[in-house]
Amino acid sequence: MNRDDYKDSVTVFGFFTYLMTDLVLFAALFAVYAVMRSGTFGGPTPQELFDAPFALLETLVLLSSSFTAGLALLAARRERVGATIAALCATFALGATFIMLELSEFAKFIHLGDGPSRSAFLSSFFTLVGTHGLHVSLGLLWLLALIVALLARGFTRSSMRKLALFSLFWHFLDIVWIFIFTIVYLFGV
Amino acid sequence: MTPGRDYFADIGFWPRGEGLGSYLIGFAASLLFTLAAYVFVTRHMLAPTPLIAAVSVLALLQFFVQTAYFLHLGGRGASKERRAIFAGAAAIVIILVGGSLWIMFDLNQRMGVMPTTEQMEFYMQSMTGI
Repeated sequence: MNRDDYKDSVTVFGFFTYLMTDLVLFAALFAVYAVMRSGTFGGPTPQELFDAPFALLETLVLLSSSFTAGLALLAARRERVGATIAALCATFALGATFIMLELSEFAKFIHLGDGPSRSAFLSSFFTLVGTHGLHVSLGLLWLLALIVALLARGFTRSSMRKLALFSLFWHFLDIVWIFIFTIVYLFGV
Repeated sequence: MTPGRDYFADIGFWPRGEGLGSYLIGFAASLLFTLAAYVFVTRHMLAPTPLIAAVSVLALLQFFVQTAYFLHLGGRGASKERRAIFAGAAAIVIILVGGSLWIMFDLNQRMGVMPTTEQMEFYMQSMTGI
């Protein structure tokens, strides 16, 4: 491992450390949700509110985007700019679809009068799922920046490193979503 | 960047020789676990308690598959440092979530049903003039 490779490996480790602190943040939100779940205050229960097929669709879209993010890395290793950008664009499209689905669900709930202020259960639901959605949205912005940088300058050490970091971030968000899908949606239905 | 070399293996991001295979395994296994959990729940295939247990196990399996094949924490060539901090974070998560749930549900049980205002007033009146 030469000096530049070593520096990049330290950067990857540092970013991974950040992700682990983020994991603790999500763990706290999961704990709050588990405690608040039964606090419906006469409002809708998870069972009345959640739609399993819809949650499955969201899950499949996010899982596919995690896979295409991996494909982007494999293409980048072979220095295929076109294939890398195509895989990143697919990741972006799937991620954007996921966010649209989530926002449409939030909008539906709020329209029904079941917004975050309705009950403790809904406050914790919007906080947990909204924090995840915010992470995905920031990831989408990052993804756009990566695509633009690849289009403008092709592969550089910096763009390769950022691809590696982005893939960690994106897979991490998919892993958090497994538990949202299971604990919020499947246990709710 | 010179062709033929594997930048991501050079920086220890993934083990040397990593390829499409591991992403395909991760994706296929995740799909399988997700769909299995979904079918279990929507078809009501089990009684509530075993159902919760089965779905939790499927989620944990998917969690391990994704950390191994997507985050590259499994296998012999995986980064030891990343695995170590992951284990530390996992311990914090278990203590945080397990501890919070333990305290909160224990508290709920000990508090029992909260008295109504009338019951509270009756109790307070019965206590006056001791």
